[in-house]
Amino acid sequence: MSPDSGTNVVWLGSPGFPEAARTALGDPQLRRNLRKATATIRDKRLAVTGELDDWEQLREAGAATKRHTLRHLDRYLLRLEDSVTKAGGVVHWAADAAGANRIVTDLVRATGEAEVVKVKSMATQEIGLNEALEQAGIRAYETDLAELIVQLGDDRPSHILVPAIHRNRAEIREIFQREMGAWGRPAPDGLTDEPRALAEAARLHLRDKFLRAKVAVSGANFAIAETGTVGVVESEGNGRMCLTLPETLITVMGIEKVLPRWQDLEVFLQLLPRSSTGERMNPYTSTWRGVTPGDGPQAFHLVLLDNGRTATLADTVGRQALACIRCSACLNVCPVYERTGGHAYGSVYPGPIGAILTPQLVGVEHAATLPFASTLCGACYDACPVKINIPEVLTHLRAEVVEAKRAKRRVPGAEALAMKAATAVLASPRRLSVAQKAAALGGRLVSRKDVIGPLPGPLHAWTDARDTPAPPTESFRAWWQRTHPTGADS
Amino acid sequence: MTARDTVLGRIRAALADVPADEAVGDAPVPRDYRRSHAEADEVGLFAERVADYRARVVQATPERARATIAGLLAGSDVRTLVVPPGFPPELVPEGPWRRLEEPLEPGDLEAADTVLTTCRAGIAVTGTIVLDAGPGQGRRALTLLPDHHLCVVRAEQIVADVPDAVALLDPGRPLTFVSGPSATSDIELDRVEGVHGPRSLDVVIVREEPHV
Ligand code: SF4
Repeated sequence: MSPDSGTNVVWLGSPGFPEAARTALGDPQLRRNLRKATATIRDKRLAVTGELDDWEQLREAGAATKRHTLRHLDRYLLRLEDSVTKAGGVVHWAADAAGANRIVTDLVRATGEAEVVKVKSMATQEIGLNEALEQAGIRAYETDLAELIVQLGDDRPSHILVPAIHRNRAEIREIFQREMGAWGRPAPDGLTDEPRALAEAARLHLRDKFLRAKVAVSGANFAIAETGTVGVVESEGNGRMCLTLPETLITVMGIEKVLPRWQDLEVFLQLLPRSSTGERMNPYTSTWRGVTPGDGPQAFHLVLLDNGRTATLADTVGRQALACIRCSACLNVCPVYERTGGHAYGSVYPGPIGAILTPQLVGVEHAATLPFASTLCGACYDACPVKINIPEVLTHLRAEVVEAKRAKRRVPGAEALAMKAATAVLASPRRLSVAQKAAALGGRLVSRKDVIGPLPGPLHAWTDARDTPAPPTESFRAWWQRTHPTGADS
Repeated sequence: MTARDTVLGRIRAALADVPADEAVGDAPVPRDYRRSHAEADEVGLFAERVADYRARVVQATPERARATIAGLLAGSDVRTLVVPPGFPPELVPEGPWRRLEEPLEPGDLEAADTVLTTCRAGIAVTGTIVLDAGPGQGRRALTLLPDHHLCVVRAEQIVADVPDAVALLDPGRPLTFVSGPSATSDIELDRVEGVHGPRSLDVVIVREEPHV
């Protein structure tokens, strides 16, 4: 791994995407949960984005703002550092996960506390902060309902917005009944699987943790360079609890989350809630600048995290992935995500955005199957509020994967050439379908202990890797066409 | 070398393709989106959109405001009422509730039934109330721990849409944008109102000639 690569982004020991996807496809409960959930949220998003007849102009403004900010990232970060510092906050810089974890651990230790409450945050998941704190004897309590479900179930998140989307109500009830007691207040007697009752159980369970906590750790949805204002967008109020009640607040934020001006929020506060939860506005958005005497935490630390982002920034095609505002719309419209769920991506960033962000953060050689976890149907690009051209980046990364393999194995150009052909195949829905059927057939014919030998046809050189798992017997595209006879994906 | 130098150095190296003379203002953001998606009656739209979140919305004239608030409190069986500093005294009704004022501990707030506040602004299109911890609103914890929040919005505080609100607000103050009661969609994406923030939200719109 090169020194500027991100660490902890991928889960150690995760199988490659095709293998993990096959496991997921064999789980009918998981697929039912996912189908129901993604369909619900897709409809909501379409309804509220359809209300705005200038949605395209808003997307264009959002994309342009992000593009511009990334091109001058160093200047905006320095401005942010200055504004936050002037307002009584302390800014820290972390080159990688270990650095960020060390900063946060030391800050918590300095308070003398042994527990922290946490607001759902992709950045702290990415760096494995909870595990790092645990090793230092500090217990981190997740307070977002879905994160709580994931934490109590000793599970992994499978969606950016609703990390427990793979769990249904009956499973959640069982996790609460079994685990809450070990973490604090047990689940109430006679808990039903009504969402209302489950939410109430979470409220009671977390209440004394909020009232007791002296230190909170959060992420940030944005930070304004010009004013030093930091913001968290949420629904449940657990964010407000963490941002308001403790004495010390530590916010860990990816460097790409900075926005130049306060005015930019007029765009992002329209784009984000409508794309994310499919609401006109999410229930709560909190913003703060540094420390406010007499109101909220009196110590504020902002940790600016690189962890592979600058390596992503260096790629002029892949750079656009850093514009992501983590709304999760691309997950909900993705036919692959809907079949496999988030765990198959083996990373805290699942779905289409994960397929382009993870390989860039960690280096393509460490997530080589992810750029192929897509049919390139383009639904993600259409849904993305900041117009990230995900198919373009996927195709670009596919070529890089091949290039990286070639460099490593010193195979002269043959594989790269074949990959170019494969990319052409994958870019064409019809040719992909033919090739995948051939691959599925070939894979079954030659499969020995789930490992397939060299294949005939256009995918020959690509599959000529000893660790390539057998493809599922039915490809996504074949499945999609069988179950959607109207050709709804073209 | 500090981590700060490392990160900044990497950023500059990564941006080698950006012309050195490209000024920060060189790529203007196209802002040809609407300033507002509201039609004429902004107050009516605000009332409708707040109610969409399953909050209770009532309109009242300035003369009737106090009685309206009293009615809502009585209807909610309120026994303890938090009133932040600077809340207009003429709007605080008498009743069977005990009135709590600062300084308050988290435990007091947690045990309180209701908090009665003003706000900084309302946003019609999104049905949002914005609090900025100013007079009549109190510090943020006051509107967070009690289970019921009753917020008084004057009609002239309602702006059409998000851009007007952002322009009006002070980024230096602690802001809370509230759109309905707290909610979660984490269980099968079924929306449930009421998790950690106030589980019920009442909004009283004070307006000269209410369209009720
Ligand atoms: S890539 Fe676009 S659609 Fe996907 S999560 Fe990021 S902002 Fe949302």
